[in-house]
Amino acid sequence: MAQTYIGASIKRREDIRFITGRGTYADDIKLPGMLHAAILRSARAHARIRSIDTTRAGAIPGVVWIFTLGDIGEMAVPVPMRMYKIAGLERYLQPLLAQNEVRYVGEPIAVAIAESRYLAEDALDAIEVEYEDLPEILDVTAALRDDVLVHERTGTNLAAVHEIHVGDAAAAFEKADYTRREMFRVHRHTGNPLETRGLVADFDAGKRQLTVYGMTKLLHYNRQVIAAFLKLPEHNLHFIENDIGGGFGIRGELYPEDFLIPFASVRLGRPVKWIEDRREHLMAANHSREVSCELEIAARRDGTLLALRAKIYGNMGAYVRTHGGLVPCSTAALLPGPYRIPNYECKIHCVVTNKTGMGTYRAPGRYESCFFRERLLDMVAADLDLDPVELRRKNLIQPEEIPYEIGITRPGTNPTVLDSANFPSALNRALQEFDYSRIAACQGRLENGRYHGIGVAYFVKNTGGLEPYEGAKVVLGDGPSVAVYLSINVLGQGHETAMAQICADGLGVPLEWISVFHGNTDLVPFGWGTFASRGTVMCGNAVHLAAQRLRQKLLLIVGEQLSLDPAQLELHDGNIHQKGSRDPVLDLKNVLAHVRETVRVNPGEPALEETAYFNSNQLTHSYGVHLAHVAVDPETGVVEILRYMVVEDVGRCINPLLVHGQAVGAAIQGIGGTLFEELVYGENGQLLSTTFRDYVLPSSTDVPPIESVVLEEAPSPLNPLGVKGAGEGGIVGTGAVLANAVSHALSSLGVKVTELPLSPDRLRALIRNHTARRA
Amino acid sequence: MSMKHSVRLAVNGALYERLVEARMTLADFLRNELHLTGTHLGCEHGVCGACTVLLNGNAVRSCLLLAVQANGAELLTVEGLTAGEQLHPLQRAFQDRHALQCGFCTPGFLMTAFAFLKETPRPTHAEVREAISGNICRCTGYQPIVQAILQAAGETATDKKRDIPKR
Repeated sequence: MAQTYIGASIKRREDIRFITGRGTYADDIKLPGMLHAAILRSARAHARIRSIDTTRAGAIPGVVWIFTLGDIGEMAVPVPMRMYKIAGLERYLQPLLAQNEVRYVGEPIAVAIAESRYLAEDALDAIEVEYEDLPEILDVTAALRDDVLVHERTGTNLAAVHEIHVGDAAAAFEKADYTRREMFRVHRHTGNPLETRGLVADFDAGKRQLTVYGMTKLLHYNRQVIAAFLKLPEHNLHFIENDIGGGFGIRGELYPEDFLIPFASVRLGRPVKWIEDRREHLMAANHSREVSCELEIAARRDGTLLALRAKIYGNMGAYVRTHGGLVPCSTAALLPGPYRIPNYECKIHCVVTNKTGMGTYRAPGRYESCFFRERLLDMVAADLDLDPVELRRKNLIQPEEIPYEIGITRPGTNPTVLDSANFPSALNRALQEFDYSRIAACQGRLENGRYHGIGVAYFVKNTGGLEPYEGAKVVLGDGPSVAVYLSINVLGQGHETAMAQICADGLGVPLEWISVFHGNTDLVPFGWGTFASRGTVMCGNAVHLAAQRLRQKLLLIVGEQLSLDPAQLELHDGNIHQKGSRDPVLDLKNVLAHVRETVRVNPGEPALEETAYFNSNQLTHSYGVHLAHVAVDPETGVVEILRYMVVEDVGRCINPLLVHGQAVGAAIQGIGGTLFEELVYGENGQLLSTTFRDYVLPSSTDVPPIESVVLEEAPSPLNPLGVKGAGEGGIVGTGAVLANAVSHALSSLGVKVTELPLSPDRLRALIRNHTARRA
Repeated sequence: MSMKHSVRLAVNGALYERLVEARMTLADFLRNELHLTGTHLGCEHGVCGACTVLLNGNAVRSCLLLAVQANGAELLTVEGLTAGEQLHPLQRAFQDRHALQCGFCTPGFLMTAFAFLKETPRPTHAEVREAISGNICRCTGYQPIVQAILQAAGETATDKKRDIPKR
């Protein structure tokens, strides 16, 4: 089969509508008779609600309805967990609206529906809520004392515990030459896609059908839950994603608003639109990353790693939401990384506090665990007087040990198996591309008032199975043209182009024939979604299978039509050839005409289409190395990144332009998260970072160019295309590598980074503390 | 609250007149009254730059202006960058360099860059970084946007015929 499109840097076909202002995002949907919703949110971190008075608000002309939990009545259910449902977490689910008690700033209390968004927001100002303040608890350590309870009736803030046991860590620690224990912490931050959340729900009372625009991820799952809530048959609901202004994790949740807006449309029989503002987004969309870890390591004197022992604490916020215990569990799952560490023990604590619920942010848990492990390895190297790179190299799992079973590191799943890798080769390539041996000479050097540091971090990132399948339908139509229908959604990654490339090669037709459709529950009846870098791994392979099946079907039809052996036929460039011959025997136009005329050759199935599902319950792993060269000003605490490189093995690269784009974009996000961004809580549990002035995202002058190296040395054996995901490798190692580089830079001052972020104020404080301690 | 004011302005070469409340932002006016939804709202407090449009030739944040303040003005939005179906060199460069992923910030970057290149037709790399530092992109890491603007600068500087495209 000729492979002409996979592997080519093809420009994105979806770009045209975006660069001409013709994209259709949630707020661009306008329907006749449409109403607008605004949501009243808690101004308190923890309080009893004495009363909610909507009389004055309801009397404003143009305000149609204001509802609270009581109006939802018996239908009201808490938002269910979808994943990582560790026993105990089910006691902490979020109600659709707060009724008697609020538990975080931003918790929804009431919904105002009006003829315009301006009027709906006027109504919010006129709703009177009387609170009775309760003490709040924000910090995990304090929360574990249970003096103040976030949920009184449960009697504890420790929502759940999960343990991992691989090998015998206790025995390994006992006989080890060397051990070390450190406490690490990652700060609270989150994805902040530039488009906030938004929904338009349109209930057709006559047909009893509900169409919802703006549902973005996990459309099928969300539809199932919302259908049960509204007591409508699942197939009466049509969920449509439209264009999406980025995701990065926050769109993976099913939020209270996803129930409230459809509910309002059903009750009022009119379309209802809700567009979140940025302040709401920062306080109500999921937060992430706030995980701390007490990590112990045991090694031989020569640096051979023997065991890891960890206690992980996830600050879950006030409620356990869609992702259950995912973030802390995911931190634990790949904590051993690419290294041969035979003994691993971990105790995961999910702790509730009066903060916004914790969900996913690009590479959830992996960014955190990479920082914990890689930072500790640099400390081990210093203790044992080893080169940090040599310590890593010594312990990397070797190609001949692959597939390598780490053990069961996730609740209720199969063992974690590293399916495909050449770890030493990627490390060597990274060092060579970075010219590490030469650059490492300036490690710790003071030049023009700034300390230089070089950091290295190795990462592994799982993807694939997670949820067990994705589907695709490929249809040959007049023109000839080909439609590809995907079960997944698209958040801006470029699937319309990448999936067309896969289909064109799988079917044997020109790329220009293909149109890709996605994000509609009616197109493919079953599916999950695009998350954790699994879009191409799962749905790309479904497209590949469906395209190949359709090709086989076409060859059979032509074989019968021309009385030729189908095994001697092939399809490429849209023409049927006899094997070995360059002259086509038929083009697909003729085949189409033939099939349309006579159903005989294709009995009972006049349509030239095939649907395929790619099933997998296994995980595949991309991996690679981040390298950074920084200069740190000890007077200001400002970190300048002089060079930054991401080397990632993605197994197989469908479109290098897009894969590099993912790596570079992810790295900048991670650099922003590591250096600038933080969701800060202040007095009385108030969230202080509720604008982009306070929550500082990286801008073009804050960040360096990223050098991206994409490797295809170890294709995954777990899927036909050999792909391993490419969306998150660029972010996983950012915290780790910058913490290592900064620590090396400031080693002469005795600074050892164990907490993020590396913002100037934090870094200055660290430098001050160390200098004071020495003096 | 319900008192309305007449706003007359030209957008992308076409004249419009609407009666609006004083509190309606220019961004909402463009999006909801004129149905020019290419102008996006990312923060509604003037930081992200997604809502950038040209007002009398200057790049402004349409979320920080009221529609009534634009009375009598000439505006250019992303919808006005194309001449018919022909893409502006900036638009083509954004596609060539993969300078967008989700596309939500893109109209703001295009308009900022359009205004910038008129002032600075042959910018340096550092000048481009500086010029777009008031726009936030969450997807691309800025690098391809910088490359795209530099590419377009090379093209527009030699193509004097293309100023503000006319409909």
